[in-house]
Amino acid sequence: MNAQLLLKLVALGILACVPLTGESFYTELIAKTLVLAIFAMSLDLLVGFTGLVSFGHAAYFGVAAYAVAQLSPKYEAASLWFVLPASVGLSALVALFVGLFVLRTKGIYFIMVTLAFAQLAFFVFHDTPLGGGSDGIYLNVKPTAEIAGWVPFDLDNQQHLYYFILAMLVAVYAFLSRILQSPFGRVLVGIKSNEHRMQSMGYMTFRYKLAAFALAGGLGGIAGFLYAVVFGFVTPELLSWHQSGNVLLMVILGGMGNLVGAIAGAFLFTGMQEVFATWTKHWQLVMGSVIVAAVLFLPGGLAAIPGRIKRSLQGGGSNE
Amino acid sequence: MSEVSNAALVAASQTPAPGESLLVANKITRRFGGLVANQDVCVDLIRGKVHVLLGPNGAGKSTCINMLSGDLPPSDGQILFKGKDITGLTAAQRSLVGIGRSYQRTNIFPKFTVLENVRLAAQSRRQQAWRIFSKAQEQQWALDKARACIEEAGLGKKVDWISGVLSHGEQRQLEIAMVLATDAEVMLLDEPLAGMGSEESAKMVEVLKRLKPTRAILLVEHDMDAVFAVADTITVMVNGQVLESGPPAQIKASVAVQQAYLGTEDSFHV
Repeated sequence: MNAQLLLKLVALGILACVPLTGESFYTELIAKTLVLAIFAMSLDLLVGFTGLVSFGHAAYFGVAAYAVAQLSPKYEAASLWFVLPASVGLSALVALFVGLFVLRTKGIYFIMVTLAFAQLAFFVFHDTPLGGGSDGIYLNVKPTAEIAGWVPFDLDNQQHLYYFILAMLVAVYAFLSRILQSPFGRVLVGIKSNEHRMQSMGYMTFRYKLAAFALAGGLGGIAGFLYAVVFGFVTPELLSWHQSGNVLLMVILGGMGNLVGAIAGAFLFTGMQEVFATWTKHWQLVMGSVIVAAVLFLPGGLAAIPGRIKRSLQGGGSNE
Repeated sequence: MSEVSNAALVAASQTPAPGESLLVANKITRRFGGLVANQDVCVDLIRGKVHVLLGPNGAGKSTCINMLSGDLPPSDGQILFKGKDITGLTAAQRSLVGIGRSYQRTNIFPKFTVLENVRLAAQSRRQQAWRIFSKAQEQQWALDKARACIEEAGLGKKVDWISGVLSHGEQRQLEIAMVLATDAEVMLLDEPLAGMGSEESAKMVEVLKRLKPTRAILLVEHDMDAVFAVADTITVMVNGQVLESGPPAQIKASVAVQQAYLGTEDSFHV
Protein backbone atom coordinates (compact mmCIF):
# COMPACT_ATOMS: atom_id res chain seq x y z
CA MET A 1 0.00 0.00 0.00
CA ASN A 2 2.73 2.43 0.98
CA ALA A 3 4.87 1.24 -1.90
CA GLN A 4 2.03 2.16 -4.22
CA LEU A 5 1.71 5.60 -2.73
CA LEU A 6 5.47 6.10 -2.99
CA LEU A 7 5.43 5.11 -6.67
CA LYS A 8 2.62 7.56 -7.35
CA LEU A 9 4.51 10.36 -5.60
CA VAL A 10 7.68 9.57 -7.55
CA ALA A 11 5.72 9.66 -10.80
CA LEU A 12 4.18 12.96 -9.76
CA GLY A 13 7.64 14.29 -8.90
CA ILE A 14 8.98 13.35 -12.31
CA LEU A 15 5.99 15.00 -14.00
CA ALA A 16 6.58 18.12 -11.91
CA CYS A 17 10.19 18.33 -13.14
CA VAL A 18 9.31 18.33 -16.84
CA PRO A 19 8.97 22.12 -17.30
CA LEU A 20 12.23 22.68 -15.42
CA THR A 21 14.12 21.10 -18.32
CA GLY A 22 13.20 24.12 -20.41
CA GLU A 23 12.34 21.88 -23.36
CA SER A 24 9.30 23.72 -24.58
CA PHE A 25 8.36 21.03 -27.12
CA TYR A 26 8.30 18.24 -24.58
CA THR A 27 6.58 20.35 -21.97
CA GLU A 28 3.77 21.00 -24.38
CA LEU A 29 3.62 17.35 -25.40
CA ILE A 30 3.43 16.16 -21.79
CA ALA A 31 0.88 18.89 -21.01
CA LYS A 32 -1.28 17.61 -23.85
CA THR A 33 -0.87 14.05 -22.56
CA LEU A 34 -1.91 15.12 -19.06
CA VAL A 35 -5.04 16.67 -20.55
CA LEU A 36 -5.80 13.41 -22.34
CA ALA A 37 -5.14 11.54 -19.09
CA ILE A 38 -7.86 13.58 -17.38
CA PHE A 39 -10.11 12.79 -20.33
CA ALA A 40 -9.32 9.08 -20.06
CA MET A 41 -10.01 9.01 -16.31
CA SER A 42 -13.38 10.65 -16.88
CA LEU A 43 -14.30 7.97 -19.41
CA ASP A 44 -13.02 5.24 -17.11
CA LEU A 45 -15.66 6.23 -14.58
CA LEU A 46 -18.21 5.06 -17.15
CA VAL A 47 -16.42 2.23 -18.92
CA GLY A 48 -14.33 0.76 -16.15
CA PHE A 49 -16.41 1.39 -13.06
CA THR A 50 -20.04 1.58 -14.16
CA GLY A 51 -19.84 -0.75 -17.14
CA LEU A 52 -21.12 1.82 -19.63
CA VAL A 53 -19.06 1.71 -22.81
CA SER A 54 -19.57 5.18 -24.22
CA PHE A 55 -18.34 5.69 -27.75
CA GLY A 56 -19.22 9.36 -27.80
CA HIS A 57 -17.25 10.81 -24.94
CA ALA A 58 -15.48 13.32 -27.18
CA ALA A 59 -18.75 15.26 -27.38
CA TYR A 60 -18.36 16.52 -23.80
CA PHE A 61 -14.68 17.26 -24.34
CA GLY A 62 -15.59 19.28 -27.40
CA VAL A 63 -18.56 21.09 -25.89
CA ALA A 64 -16.37 22.47 -23.10
CA ALA A 65 -13.60 23.39 -25.54
CA TYR A 66 -16.05 25.30 -27.74
CA ALA A 67 -17.62 26.86 -24.67
CA VAL A 68 -14.31 28.48 -23.66
CA ALA A 69 -13.77 29.77 -27.17
CA GLN A 70 -17.28 31.15 -27.44
CA LEU A 71 -17.49 32.59 -23.93
CA SER A 72 -14.17 34.44 -24.21
CA PRO A 73 -14.27 38.00 -25.60
CA LYS A 74 -12.44 38.25 -28.94
CA TYR A 75 -9.49 40.40 -27.89
CA GLU A 76 -9.60 40.26 -24.12
CA ALA A 77 -8.99 37.59 -21.52
CA ALA A 78 -12.01 35.96 -19.94
CA SER A 79 -11.91 35.22 -16.23
CA LEU A 80 -10.75 31.69 -15.57
CA TRP A 81 -13.05 31.56 -12.55
CA PHE A 82 -16.00 32.11 -14.83
CA VAL A 83 -15.16 30.19 -18.02
CA LEU A 84 -13.87 27.06 -16.30
CA PRO A 85 -17.01 26.34 -14.23
CA ALA A 86 -19.24 27.55 -17.07
CA SER A 87 -17.74 25.29 -19.71
CA VAL A 88 -17.48 22.30 -17.39
CA GLY A 89 -21.04 22.85 -16.19
CA LEU A 90 -22.23 23.05 -19.76
CA SER A 91 -20.58 19.73 -20.60
CA ALA A 92 -22.17 18.12 -17.57
CA LEU A 93 -25.57 19.53 -18.56
CA VAL A 94 -25.28 18.25 -22.11
CA ALA A 95 -24.24 14.86 -20.74
CA LEU A 96 -27.19 14.87 -18.36
CA PHE A 97 -29.54 15.57 -21.24
CA VAL A 98 -28.00 12.96 -23.54
CA GLY A 99 -27.90 10.47 -20.66
CA LEU A 100 -31.66 10.73 -20.26
CA PHE A 101 -31.96 9.07 -23.65
CA VAL A 102 -28.92 6.86 -24.12
CA LEU A 103 -29.11 5.21 -20.68
CA ARG A 104 -32.36 3.57 -21.69
CA THR A 105 -30.32 1.29 -23.92
CA LYS A 106 -27.78 -1.38 -23.10
CA GLY A 107 -24.72 -3.06 -24.57
CA ILE A 108 -24.09 -2.58 -28.27
CA TYR A 109 -27.10 -0.26 -28.56
CA PHE A 110 -25.62 1.97 -25.91
CA ILE A 111 -22.35 2.13 -27.83
CA MET A 112 -24.18 3.02 -31.05
CA VAL A 113 -26.50 5.60 -29.56
CA THR A 114 -23.73 7.42 -27.65
CA LEU A 115 -21.85 7.57 -30.94
CA ALA A 116 -24.94 8.91 -32.68
CA PHE A 117 -25.33 11.74 -30.17
CA ALA A 118 -21.65 12.60 -30.46
CA GLN A 119 -21.96 12.76 -34.24
CA LEU A 120 -24.96 15.01 -33.79
CA ALA A 121 -22.88 17.33 -31.63
CA PHE A 122 -20.05 17.16 -34.18
CA PHE A 123 -22.29 18.38 -36.97
CA VAL A 124 -23.79 21.09 -34.80
CA PHE A 125 -20.33 22.61 -34.46
CA HIS A 126 -19.29 21.72 -38.00
CA ASP A 127 -22.30 23.03 -39.88
CA THR A 128 -23.80 25.87 -37.86
CA PRO A 129 -22.55 29.41 -37.20
CA LEU A 130 -22.12 28.36 -33.56
CA GLY A 131 -18.93 26.47 -34.32
CA GLY A 132 -17.28 28.48 -37.07
CA GLY A 133 -17.33 25.62 -39.58
CA SER A 134 -14.65 23.05 -40.20
CA ASP A 135 -11.86 25.56 -39.51
CA GLY A 136 -13.05 26.03 -35.95
CA ILE A 137 -12.45 29.10 -33.80
CA TYR A 138 -9.39 30.70 -32.30
CA LEU A 139 -9.10 31.40 -28.62
CA ASN A 140 -7.01 34.53 -29.07
CA VAL A 141 -6.39 35.30 -25.43
CA LYS A 142 -6.08 32.68 -22.74
CA PRO A 143 -8.31 33.12 -19.67
CA THR A 144 -6.81 35.07 -16.79
CA ALA A 145 -6.69 33.87 -13.23
CA GLU A 146 -6.89 37.40 -11.86
CA ILE A 147 -8.90 37.87 -8.67
CA ALA A 148 -9.52 41.55 -7.86
CA GLY A 149 -6.18 42.73 -9.18
CA TRP A 150 -4.15 39.82 -7.83
CA VAL A 151 -2.85 37.30 -10.38
CA PRO A 152 -1.91 34.00 -8.66
CA PHE A 153 -0.65 32.46 -11.90
CA ASP A 154 -0.56 33.24 -15.59
CA LEU A 155 -1.84 30.72 -18.11
CA ASP A 156 0.13 32.49 -20.86
CA ASN A 157 3.27 31.35 -19.13
CA GLN A 158 3.97 27.80 -20.33
CA GLN A 159 5.29 26.65 -16.96
CA HIS A 160 2.32 28.05 -15.08
CA LEU A 161 -0.08 26.46 -17.53
CA TYR A 162 1.71 23.14 -17.17
CA TYR A 163 1.47 23.18 -13.40
CA PHE A 164 -2.15 24.25 -13.58
CA ILE A 165 -2.89 21.19 -15.74
CA LEU A 166 -0.92 18.92 -13.44
CA ALA A 167 -2.86 20.26 -10.47
CA MET A 168 -6.12 19.59 -12.28
CA LEU A 169 -4.99 16.03 -13.00
CA VAL A 170 -4.23 15.44 -9.33
CA ALA A 171 -7.54 17.02 -8.34
CA VAL A 172 -9.57 14.89 -10.75
CA TYR A 173 -7.70 11.78 -9.64
CA ALA A 174 -8.31 12.53 -5.96
CA PHE A 175 -11.95 13.40 -6.63
CA LEU A 176 -12.61 10.17 -8.50
CA SER A 177 -10.75 7.96 -6.01
CA ARG A 178 -12.75 9.47 -3.22
CA ILE A 179 -16.06 9.07 -5.02
CA LEU A 180 -15.34 5.47 -5.85
CA GLN A 181 -15.00 4.69 -2.14
CA SER A 182 -18.33 6.33 -1.32
CA PRO A 183 -21.64 4.46 -1.14
CA PHE A 184 -22.42 6.08 -4.50
CA GLY A 185 -19.25 4.66 -6.05
CA ARG A 186 -19.94 1.22 -4.62
CA VAL A 187 -23.36 1.29 -6.27
CA LEU A 188 -21.74 2.12 -9.62
CA VAL A 189 -19.36 -0.82 -9.30
CA GLY A 190 -22.31 -2.99 -8.27
CA ILE A 191 -24.16 -1.90 -11.41
CA LYS A 192 -21.19 -2.89 -13.51
CA SER A 193 -21.03 -6.29 -11.87
CA ASN A 194 -24.75 -7.12 -11.83
CA GLU A 195 -27.25 -4.38 -12.58
CA HIS A 196 -30.25 -6.67 -12.38
CA ARG A 197 -29.35 -7.68 -8.83
CA MET A 198 -28.90 -4.03 -7.85
CA GLN A 199 -32.44 -3.34 -9.02
CA SER A 200 -33.87 -6.24 -7.11
CA MET A 201 -32.15 -4.89 -4.00
CA GLY A 202 -33.98 -1.60 -4.36
CA TYR A 203 -31.58 0.56 -6.33
CA MET A 204 -33.11 2.64 -9.09
CA THR A 205 -30.03 2.12 -11.19
CA PHE A 206 -31.05 4.57 -13.91
CA ARG A 207 -30.57 7.52 -11.56
CA TYR A 208 -27.13 6.36 -10.49
CA LYS A 209 -26.08 5.80 -14.07
CA LEU A 210 -27.39 9.20 -15.06
CA ALA A 211 -25.43 10.85 -12.26
CA ALA A 212 -22.29 8.99 -13.35
CA PHE A 213 -22.84 9.95 -16.98
CA ALA A 214 -23.24 13.64 -16.17
CA LEU A 215 -20.26 13.53 -13.83
CA ALA A 216 -18.10 11.87 -16.47
CA GLY A 217 -19.28 14.47 -18.99
CA GLY A 218 -18.29 17.28 -16.65
CA LEU A 219 -14.86 15.81 -15.94
CA GLY A 220 -14.35 15.23 -19.64
CA GLY A 221 -15.26 18.90 -19.97
CA ILE A 222 -12.33 19.85 -17.73
CA ALA A 223 -10.05 18.10 -20.19
CA GLY A 224 -11.72 19.85 -23.12
CA PHE A 225 -11.35 23.19 -21.42
CA LEU A 226 -7.64 22.65 -20.81
CA TYR A 227 -7.11 21.44 -24.36
CA ALA A 228 -8.60 24.63 -25.77
CA VAL A 229 -6.43 26.73 -23.46
CA VAL A 230 -3.24 24.86 -24.36
CA PHE A 231 -3.70 24.99 -28.13
CA GLY A 232 -5.61 28.25 -28.47
CA PHE A 233 -8.04 26.97 -31.05
CA VAL A 234 -10.88 24.50 -31.33
CA THR A 235 -12.11 22.53 -34.32
CA PRO A 236 -14.98 20.11 -34.82
CA GLU A 237 -12.36 17.35 -34.91
CA LEU A 238 -12.32 17.51 -31.11
CA LEU A 239 -15.80 15.97 -31.15
CA SER A 240 -15.13 13.48 -33.90
CA TRP A 241 -15.56 9.76 -33.40
CA HIS A 242 -11.79 9.35 -33.83
CA GLN A 243 -11.35 11.28 -30.64
CA SER A 244 -13.99 9.16 -28.86
CA GLY A 245 -12.25 6.04 -30.13
CA ASN A 246 -8.80 7.24 -29.08
CA VAL A 247 -9.83 7.90 -25.51
CA LEU A 248 -11.57 4.54 -25.36
CA LEU A 249 -8.31 2.94 -26.53
CA MET A 250 -6.38 4.77 -23.82
CA VAL A 251 -8.73 3.36 -21.21
CA ILE A 252 -8.50 -0.14 -22.65
CA LEU A 253 -4.69 -0.02 -23.04
CA GLY A 254 -4.32 1.24 -19.49
CA GLY A 255 -6.69 -1.29 -18.00
CA MET A 256 -10.36 -0.56 -17.44
CA GLY A 257 -11.45 0.21 -13.92
CA ASN A 258 -8.11 1.60 -12.78
CA LEU A 259 -7.51 5.36 -12.62
CA VAL A 260 -3.72 5.12 -12.71
CA GLY A 261 -4.16 2.72 -15.61
CA ALA A 262 -6.16 5.36 -17.49
CA ILE A 263 -3.35 7.89 -16.99
CA ALA A 264 -0.76 5.33 -18.08
CA GLY A 265 -2.92 4.49 -21.08
CA ALA A 266 -2.95 8.13 -22.15
CA PHE A 267 0.85 8.26 -21.93
CA LEU A 268 1.30 5.00 -23.81
CA PHE A 269 -1.10 6.11 -26.53
CA THR A 270 0.45 9.52 -27.16
CA GLY A 271 3.93 8.06 -26.76
CA MET A 272 3.28 5.46 -29.44
CA GLN A 273 1.76 8.09 -31.68
CA GLU A 274 4.88 10.25 -31.43
CA VAL A 275 7.39 7.44 -31.81
CA PHE A 276 5.70 5.60 -34.66
CA ALA A 277 5.12 8.84 -36.55
CA THR A 278 8.89 9.44 -36.65
CA TRP A 279 9.44 5.94 -38.04
CA THR A 280 6.94 5.85 -40.85
CA LYS A 281 4.21 7.68 -42.65
CA HIS A 282 1.98 4.69 -42.04
CA TRP A 283 2.27 4.91 -38.27
CA GLN A 284 -1.40 4.17 -37.80
CA LEU A 285 -0.82 0.70 -39.22
CA VAL A 286 1.87 0.00 -36.62
CA MET A 287 -0.25 1.55 -33.90
CA GLY A 288 -3.26 -0.59 -34.80
CA SER A 289 -1.18 -3.76 -34.72
CA VAL A 290 0.22 -2.88 -31.31
CA ILE A 291 -3.27 -2.25 -29.97
CA VAL A 292 -4.58 -5.54 -31.31
CA ALA A 293 -1.60 -7.32 -29.77
CA ALA A 294 -2.12 -5.54 -26.45
CA VAL A 295 -5.76 -6.54 -26.30
CA LEU A 296 -4.88 -10.15 -27.14
CA PHE A 297 -1.90 -10.61 -24.86
CA LEU A 298 -2.58 -8.17 -22.07
CA PRO A 299 -6.36 -8.09 -21.65
CA GLY A 300 -6.12 -6.30 -18.30
CA GLY A 301 -4.08 -3.48 -19.83
CA LEU A 302 -1.08 -1.81 -18.23
CA ALA A 303 -2.80 -1.96 -14.84
CA ALA A 304 -2.55 -5.76 -14.93
CA ILE A 305 1.24 -5.79 -15.26
CA PRO A 306 2.17 -5.38 -11.57
CA GLY A 307 -0.14 -8.26 -10.61
CA ARG A 308 1.35 -10.46 -13.34
CA ILE A 309 4.89 -9.76 -12.24
CA LYS A 310 4.00 -10.49 -8.63
CA ARG A 311 2.28 -13.71 -9.55
CA SER A 312 5.11 -14.96 -11.75
CA LEU A 313 7.61 -14.16 -9.00
CA GLN A 314 5.54 -15.97 -6.39
CA GLY A 315 4.82 -18.82 -8.77
CA GLY A 316 8.53 -19.18 -9.58
CA GLY A 317 9.45 -19.09 -5.92
CA SER A 318 7.08 -21.84 -4.88
CA ASN A 319 8.10 -24.13 -7.71
CA GLU A 320 11.77 -24.10 -6.84
CA MET B 1 -43.76 5.44 6.02
CA SER B 2 -46.06 4.78 8.98
CA GLU B 3 -46.89 1.45 7.48
CA VAL B 4 -43.26 0.47 7.40
CA SER B 5 -42.59 1.48 10.99
CA ASN B 6 -45.73 -0.33 12.14
CA ALA B 7 -44.48 -3.42 10.46
CA ALA B 8 -41.11 -2.99 12.14
CA LEU B 9 -42.85 -2.74 15.50
CA VAL B 10 -44.81 -5.87 14.85
CA ALA B 11 -41.65 -7.68 13.84
CA ALA B 12 -39.80 -6.42 16.88
CA SER B 13 -42.44 -7.42 19.40
CA GLN B 14 -42.43 -10.96 18.00
CA THR B 15 -46.21 -10.99 18.00
CA PRO B 16 -47.06 -10.75 14.33
CA ALA B 17 -50.74 -10.38 13.67
CA PRO B 18 -51.71 -13.93 12.81
CA GLY B 19 -53.13 -14.24 9.37
CA GLU B 20 -52.05 -10.82 8.20
CA SER B 21 -51.96 -10.98 4.42
CA LEU B 22 -48.82 -9.25 3.22
CA LEU B 23 -48.72 -10.04 -0.47
CA VAL B 24 -51.72 -11.10 -2.50
CA ALA B 25 -51.77 -12.03 -6.16
CA ASN B 26 -55.23 -11.70 -7.58
CA LYS B 27 -55.73 -13.67 -10.80
CA ILE B 28 -52.42 -12.73 -12.35
CA THR B 29 -51.86 -13.81 -15.92
CA ARG B 30 -48.76 -13.64 -18.08
CA ARG B 31 -48.69 -14.27 -21.77
CA PHE B 32 -45.57 -14.56 -23.91
CA GLY B 33 -47.02 -14.11 -27.37
CA GLY B 34 -49.40 -17.01 -27.79
CA LEU B 35 -48.05 -18.91 -24.79
CA VAL B 36 -49.91 -18.46 -21.53
CA ALA B 37 -47.23 -18.99 -18.88
CA ASN B 38 -49.51 -18.10 -15.97
CA GLN B 39 -53.26 -17.98 -16.03
CA ASP B 40 -55.40 -16.50 -13.27
CA VAL B 41 -52.93 -17.45 -10.55
CA CYS B 42 -53.95 -16.49 -7.01
CA VAL B 43 -51.48 -16.56 -4.15
CA ASP B 44 -51.90 -15.23 -0.64
CA LEU B 45 -48.73 -14.77 1.41
CA ILE B 46 -49.35 -14.49 5.13
CA ARG B 47 -46.99 -13.33 7.82
CA GLY B 48 -45.64 -16.22 9.80
CA LYS B 49 -46.38 -18.75 7.09
CA VAL B 50 -44.33 -20.50 4.46
CA HIS B 51 -46.14 -20.89 1.19
CA VAL B 52 -44.62 -23.42 -1.19
CA LEU B 53 -45.10 -23.39 -4.95
CA LEU B 54 -44.86 -26.87 -6.41
CA GLY B 55 -45.08 -28.07 -9.94
CA PRO B 56 -43.17 -29.83 -12.70
CA ASN B 57 -40.65 -27.94 -14.84
CA GLY B 58 -42.39 -25.44 -17.04
CA ALA B 59 -45.42 -25.19 -14.77
CA GLY B 60 -44.90 -21.43 -14.46
CA LYS B 61 -43.48 -21.18 -10.96
CA SER B 62 -40.64 -18.86 -11.90
CA THR B 63 -42.94 -16.72 -14.01
CA CYS B 64 -45.20 -16.37 -11.01
CA ILE B 65 -42.35 -15.35 -8.71
CA ASN B 66 -41.06 -12.92 -11.35
CA MET B 67 -44.43 -11.21 -11.46
CA LEU B 68 -44.57 -10.97 -7.68
CA SER B 69 -41.07 -9.48 -7.48
CA GLY B 70 -41.64 -7.01 -10.30
CA ASP B 71 -39.11 -8.54 -12.69
CA LEU B 72 -41.95 -9.25 -15.11
CA PRO B 73 -45.14 -7.19 -15.46
CA PRO B 74 -48.31 -9.27 -15.46
CA SER B 75 -50.43 -9.15 -18.61
CA ASP B 76 -53.51 -9.19 -16.44
CA GLY B 77 -54.53 -9.26 -12.80
CA GLN B 78 -53.55 -7.41 -9.70
CA ILE B 79 -50.87 -7.64 -7.02
CA LEU B 80 -51.51 -6.17 -3.57
CA PHE B 81 -49.01 -5.50 -0.80
CA LYS B 82 -50.70 -4.85 2.54
CA GLY B 83 -53.86 -4.03 0.66
CA LYS B 84 -52.23 -1.53 -1.68
CA ASP B 85 -52.09 -2.11 -5.42
CA ILE B 86 -48.42 -2.49 -6.40
CA THR B 87 -48.94 -4.02 -9.83
CA GLY B 88 -47.29 -1.03 -11.50
CA LEU B 89 -44.21 -0.89 -9.28
CA THR B 90 -40.77 -1.87 -10.62
CA ALA B 91 -38.57 -4.48 -8.99
CA ALA B 92 -36.53 -1.77 -7.25
CA GLN B 93 -39.65 -0.09 -5.88
CA ARG B 94 -41.02 -3.37 -4.60
CA SER B 95 -37.73 -4.08 -2.88
CA LEU B 96 -38.02 -0.74 -1.13
CA VAL B 97 -41.52 -1.46 0.22
CA GLY B 98 -40.31 -4.76 1.66
CA ILE B 99 -40.47 -7.51 -0.93
CA GLY B 100 -37.17 -9.32 -1.36
CA ARG B 101 -36.26 -12.21 -3.60
CA SER B 102 -33.55 -14.69 -4.37
CA TYR B 103 -32.98 -16.22 -7.77
CA GLN B 104 -33.05 -19.74 -9.11
CA ARG B 105 -29.67 -19.19 -10.72
CA THR B 106 -27.30 -17.78 -8.18
CA ASN B 107 -27.31 -14.03 -8.63
CA ILE B 108 -24.59 -12.34 -6.64
CA PHE B 109 -21.59 -10.05 -7.16
CA PRO B 110 -18.96 -12.73 -7.66
CA LYS B 111 -15.90 -10.47 -7.41
CA PHE B 112 -16.98 -8.84 -4.17
CA THR B 113 -16.45 -10.28 -0.72
CA VAL B 114 -19.36 -11.83 1.10
CA LEU B 115 -19.44 -8.80 3.36
CA GLU B 116 -19.52 -6.34 0.45
CA ASN B 117 -22.36 -8.27 -1.24
CA VAL B 118 -24.49 -8.00 1.86
CA ARG B 119 -23.30 -4.50 2.76
CA LEU B 120 -24.55 -3.27 -0.62
CA ALA B 121 -27.89 -4.87 0.11
CA ALA B 122 -28.02 -3.16 3.50
CA GLN B 123 -26.95 0.18 2.03
CA SER B 124 -30.00 0.10 -0.24
CA ARG B 125 -32.22 0.87 2.76
CA ARG B 126 -30.63 4.28 3.32
CA GLN B 127 -29.57 5.58 -0.05
CA GLN B 128 -27.86 8.92 0.31
CA ALA B 129 -26.43 9.16 -3.14
CA TRP B 130 -25.56 12.83 -2.78
CA ARG B 131 -23.05 12.09 -0.03
CA ILE B 132 -20.35 11.27 -2.50
CA PHE B 133 -17.49 12.16 -0.17
CA SER B 134 -18.39 9.81 2.66
CA LYS B 135 -16.68 6.45 2.72
CA ALA B 136 -18.80 3.34 2.29
CA GLN B 137 -16.48 1.42 4.59
CA GLU B 138 -17.19 3.90 7.36
CA GLN B 139 -20.95 3.37 7.37
CA GLN B 140 -20.88 1.34 10.53
CA TRP B 141 -24.61 0.65 10.62
CA ALA B 142 -24.51 -1.01 7.20
CA LEU B 143 -21.48 -3.11 8.12
CA ASP B 144 -23.05 -4.20 11.40
CA LYS B 145 -26.28 -5.09 9.71
CA ALA B 146 -24.49 -7.00 6.98
CA ARG B 147 -22.50 -9.01 9.52
CA ALA B 148 -25.66 -9.82 11.47
CA CYS B 149 -27.45 -11.01 8.33
CA ILE B 150 -24.47 -13.09 7.24
CA GLU B 151 -24.43 -14.68 10.68
CA GLU B 152 -28.16 -15.35 10.51
CA ALA B 153 -27.85 -17.04 7.13
CA GLY B 154 -25.13 -19.27 8.59
CA LEU B 155 -22.16 -17.85 6.67
CA GLY B 156 -20.40 -16.26 9.63
CA LYS B 157 -17.10 -17.99 8.93
CA LYS B 158 -16.84 -16.75 5.35
CA VAL B 159 -17.38 -13.01 5.83
CA ASP B 160 -14.19 -11.93 4.08
CA TRP B 161 -14.18 -14.52 1.31
CA ILE B 162 -14.57 -13.52 -2.31
CA SER B 163 -18.10 -14.70 -2.98
CA GLY B 164 -17.31 -16.17 -6.39
CA VAL B 165 -15.17 -18.92 -4.85
CA LEU B 166 -17.76 -20.08 -2.32
CA SER B 167 -19.44 -23.45 -2.76
CA HIS B 168 -22.79 -23.49 -4.48
CA GLY B 169 -24.63 -24.02 -1.22
CA GLU B 170 -22.80 -21.15 0.44
CA GLN B 171 -23.68 -18.86 -2.43
CA ARG B 172 -27.33 -19.74 -1.87
CA GLN B 173 -26.90 -18.85 1.78
CA LEU B 174 -25.32 -15.58 0.70
CA GLU B 175 -28.41 -14.81 -1.36
CA ILE B 176 -30.56 -15.31 1.70
CA ALA B 177 -28.30 -12.98 3.67
CA MET B 178 -28.69 -10.35 0.95
CA VAL B 179 -32.47 -10.61 1.05
CA LEU B 180 -32.38 -10.35 4.85
CA ALA B 181 -30.24 -7.22 4.69
CA THR B 182 -32.98 -5.46 2.73
CA ASP B 183 -35.42 -5.91 5.66
CA ALA B 184 -37.74 -7.88 3.41
CA GLU B 185 -41.01 -8.76 5.11
CA VAL B 186 -41.96 -10.85 2.11
CA MET B 187 -39.27 -13.22 0.93
CA LEU B 188 -39.64 -14.80 -2.49
CA LEU B 189 -37.15 -17.65 -2.65
CA ASP B 190 -36.70 -19.43 -5.95
CA GLU B 191 -35.26 -22.88 -5.26
CA PRO B 192 -32.94 -21.92 -2.42
CA LEU B 193 -32.02 -25.58 -1.88
CA ALA B 194 -31.26 -26.43 -5.50
CA GLY B 195 -27.94 -28.18 -5.84
CA MET B 196 -27.34 -28.39 -2.10
CA GLY B 197 -26.11 -31.44 -0.25
CA SER B 198 -28.34 -32.92 2.43
CA GLU B 199 -26.35 -31.33 5.24
CA GLU B 200 -26.51 -27.90 3.63
CA SER B 201 -30.23 -28.37 2.95
CA ALA B 202 -30.90 -29.19 6.56
CA LYS B 203 -29.06 -26.04 7.62
CA MET B 204 -31.07 -23.96 5.20
CA VAL B 205 -34.34 -25.44 6.46
CA GLU B 206 -33.31 -24.37 9.96
CA VAL B 207 -32.61 -20.86 8.67
CA LEU B 208 -36.04 -20.74 7.01
CA LYS B 209 -37.76 -21.86 10.17
CA ARG B 210 -35.97 -19.16 12.12
CA LEU B 211 -37.02 -16.48 9.65
CA LYS B 212 -40.62 -17.61 9.36
CA PRO B 213 -42.35 -16.06 12.41
CA THR B 214 -41.90 -12.44 11.39
CA ARG B 215 -42.10 -12.80 7.64
CA ALA B 216 -44.16 -14.15 4.81
CA ILE B 217 -42.15 -16.58 2.71
CA LEU B 218 -42.87 -17.91 -0.74
CA LEU B 219 -40.75 -20.89 -1.63
CA VAL B 220 -40.32 -22.60 -4.96
CA GLU B 221 -38.75 -25.94 -4.17
CA HIS B 222 -38.35 -29.48 -5.43
CA ASP B 223 -36.84 -31.06 -2.33
CA MET B 224 -39.90 -32.77 -0.89
CA ASP B 225 -38.44 -33.49 2.53
CA ALA B 226 -37.68 -29.80 2.91
CA VAL B 227 -41.06 -28.78 1.52
CA PHE B 228 -43.00 -30.83 4.02
CA ALA B 229 -40.68 -29.76 6.82
CA VAL B 230 -41.45 -26.07 6.41
CA ALA B 231 -44.65 -25.64 4.39
CA ASP B 232 -47.84 -24.26 5.90
CA THR B 233 -49.58 -23.98 2.57
CA ILE B 234 -48.79 -25.65 -0.72
CA THR B 235 -49.94 -24.47 -4.11
CA VAL B 236 -49.53 -26.93 -6.94
CA MET B 237 -49.21 -25.47 -10.42
CA VAL B 238 -49.54 -27.33 -13.70
CA ASN B 239 -49.37 -25.76 -17.16
CA GLY B 240 -49.47 -22.23 -15.77
CA GLN B 241 -52.57 -22.78 -13.69
CA VAL B 242 -53.19 -23.49 -10.04
CA LEU B 243 -54.28 -27.09 -9.74
CA GLU B 244 -54.85 -27.13 -6.02
CA SER B 245 -53.92 -25.08 -3.00
CA GLY B 246 -54.16 -25.99 0.66
CA PRO B 247 -52.36 -27.33 3.73
CA PRO B 248 -49.75 -30.08 3.17
CA ALA B 249 -52.06 -32.86 4.34
CA GLN B 250 -54.68 -31.90 1.79
CA ILE B 251 -52.12 -31.80 -1.02
CA LYS B 252 -50.70 -35.18 -0.01
CA ALA B 253 -54.15 -36.71 -0.11
CA SER B 254 -55.31 -35.01 -3.30
CA VAL B 255 -56.10 -37.36 -6.13
CA ALA B 256 -55.87 -34.59 -8.71
CA VAL B 257 -52.35 -33.68 -7.60
CA GLN B 258 -51.24 -37.30 -7.62
CA GLN B 259 -52.56 -37.83 -11.11
CA ALA B 260 -51.31 -34.61 -12.61
CA TYR B 261 -47.98 -34.24 -10.94
CA LEU B 262 -46.82 -36.81 -8.48
CA GLY B 263 -47.33 -39.67 -10.86
CA THR B 264 -44.88 -38.19 -13.35
CA GLU B 265 -42.19 -37.26 -10.84
CA ASP B 266 -40.11 -40.29 -9.85
CA SER B 267 -38.27 -38.50 -7.10
CA PHE B 268 -41.43 -37.96 -5.16
CA HIS B 269 -41.89 -40.35 -2.26
CA VAL B 270 -44.76 -39.66 0.09
